[in-house]
Amino acid sequence: MGEEKQHLFDRPENVTRLIRGLYVACGLLLIAGLVVPAHGHFPWEHAPEFFAAYGLVSCIVLVLAAKHILRRIVRRDEHYYD
Amino acid sequence: MTSQIPPAWILIAGAFLVPVFKGRSRTTYLLVLSALGLLNLILLAQAPAGSLLHVPFLDYRLELLDVDRLSLVFGYIFHVALFVTFLYGARDDSVLENVAALVYVGGALGVVFAGDWVSLFCYWELMALSSTLLIWARHTDRAFGAGLRYFVVHAVSGLLLLFGILLLIHERGSLEVTRLDLGSAGTYLIFLGAGINCAWPGLHAWLTDAYPEATISGTVFLSAFTTKTAVYLLARVFPGAEPLIWIGAAMAAFPIFYAVIENDLRRVLAYSLINQVGFMVVGVGIGTELAINGAVAHAVADILFKGLLFMAMGAVLRQTGKINATDLGGLYKTMPWTAAFCMVGAASISAFPLFSAFATKSMIMSAAGEKGLQAVWFVLLFASAGVFHHAGIKIPFFAFFSHDSGLRPKEAPRNMLWAMGIAAGLCIFIGVAPGALYALLPYPVDYHPYTGFHVLSQLQLLFFSALAFTLLMLAGVYPPEQRAINLDVDWLYRRAGLVVSRSILAGAGAVGVWWQERVSGPAIRGLVHFSRNPLAAVRMAALAFQIQWCSEGRKEVLQSRLRRRKRLFPEDPSRPWPLGMAVTAIVTFLLVYLVVYYIRNTRTG
Repeated sequence: MGEEKQHLFDRPENVTRLIRGLYVACGLLLIAGLVVPAHGHFPWEHAPEFFAAYGLVSCIVLVLAAKHILRRIVRRDEHYYD
Repeated sequence: MTSQIPPAWILIAGAFLVPVFKGRSRTTYLLVLSALGLLNLILLAQAPAGSLLHVPFLDYRLELLDVDRLSLVFGYIFHVALFVTFLYGARDDSVLENVAALVYVGGALGVVFAGDWVSLFCYWELMALSSTLLIWARHTDRAFGAGLRYFVVHAVSGLLLLFGILLLIHERGSLEVTRLDLGSAGTYLIFLGAGINCAWPGLHAWLTDAYPEATISGTVFLSAFTTKTAVYLLARVFPGAEPLIWIGAAMAAFPIFYAVIENDLRRVLAYSLINQVGFMVVGVGIGTELAINGAVAHAVADILFKGLLFMAMGAVLRQTGKINATDLGGLYKTMPWTAAFCMVGAASISAFPLFSAFATKSMIMSAAGEKGLQAVWFVLLFASAGVFHHAGIKIPFFAFFSHDSGLRPKEAPRNMLWAMGIAAGLCIFIGVAPGALYALLPYPVDYHPYTGFHVLSQLQLLFFSALAFTLLMLAGVYPPEQRAINLDVDWLYRRAGLVVSRSILAGAGAVGVWWQERVSGPAIRGLVHFSRNPLAAVRMAALAFQIQWCSEGRKEVLQSRLRRRKRLFPEDPSRPWPLGMAVTAIVTFLLVYLVVYYIRNTRTG
């Protein structure tokens, strides 16, 4: 079998680039958040960077709750019902 | 030119001809049939809305074809889903699957276009039966068990609906399917029957239990029709019913926790299906024109992107034989097209700008905002971030990227790629040009998703959710996928029910043993004892009775007499002869009878 073709993410620097790109995009969105006028239904939608903060916090809460609470309660062996 | 053919009839009648065709001609036939159905629907839309076909039934009238804008939208998308899924399964589907799918989709269209409760109920049951076959067609033990449980749950839903309908007919004297207000027992039963098919929280386990066990294209079919038909029924009959707002919010929120820890990627999608239907149920519950439009538009979008995601995972399952996140990873190297289509589905379900849900889900969010439903709005926003997390990132990441599983499967066959391509194209089309979908919605639409603030707020929400995922991954906090199952409410009937029924059996067994030892056993022994010499037995009993009550002097005599009788039993010392004589007489009689009987029989026979 010959040498397998190198794929996009076989090179670690491409993964680093992707993650850096994400950081840059997040930074740009924060800057844009200061410029674009808000017009939501609720007062908190007008708070600076509300959606960014909510996205970040809620996902962390989601993962931690699923991992430390739900999984502890409901996790069973793969063949539990067999 | 107009049409008067109910859309369901074309598909159900067409199902009978499936076995006639083989190989490629069967695929062609199925695709042509779906296209004919769609053509019929376009012709139906030319006629003025209302009842187009009805027949008398007892004292009532069956409305076999009731067409309006609400039913037409569902009709269109159902046909599109049928066409795409037939294309997807062209290479693998058995005749059984094709027939079951046609009857199932026919049933869904029947429910949507039925104007009376009787035919609606019949189509509802037809869906339950045929969809069970799509699960059983996988031909595994797990699929058989899951299908059986699925069928029982849907039988219950059908019964609730039936009782509700009967009460409603009794109450109103009419079969017509119209808007109802929750109040009487009949309306609550119908509400609950629809709720089971809609996978309300607590009534949802049939979905996450059975969908991942169905065949590859069977799961794609199932994901499109049962829950969406239930959403249609709720939108038709209970728009603005307030409990739906809270039920929908719960549906949108709780499955995402399960989706984060689930290993089977098709089951992750099943949980995310409930989450998306939750948005629709909230929309129906709010009940304003914007909210109903949003619920219907999101149902259309969901059929496409959820179908697309299930198709992508089905392709992975077909090519690798594996579907657990722990076994997959790195497939983008050899399945780039499937990976790309999967990411289009992921972007669509996550409501990225330029993808479908951005233009549909936001209508429901806006409707909640207009109504000032603060808590619901927060829950839905949480669900929006969460869906990106599990369906938007987790599905493509663990299947196609993540650690390299070493698997190098071939790309999915061309028909599957075409089917996924069409679905992906439609997802992008709805996102880029939502006006085309908006024009089909039940009410006139005055909604503009592409404002600067909406685009920015949505991008912020999604990118920072992605940031959370990345940071948790890099920090090693993200829960690693585990080979495990996660208990859900189906535990109640799969485990608790089993324990209860076993203890009932054990209890019944104990009662049986007690009965035999204490009641029936002694009774039988007594009877045997008695029949050996009834006369002597009675005498012995009488003696024993006498001994209890006689004077002390006589007791001695009677006791010795009883002992003697007991010793000789079953012989009777007082009358040895008469009994023997009687037995001899009976035996002689029987012998004579036998001989006579024998002679008579040989003569006539």
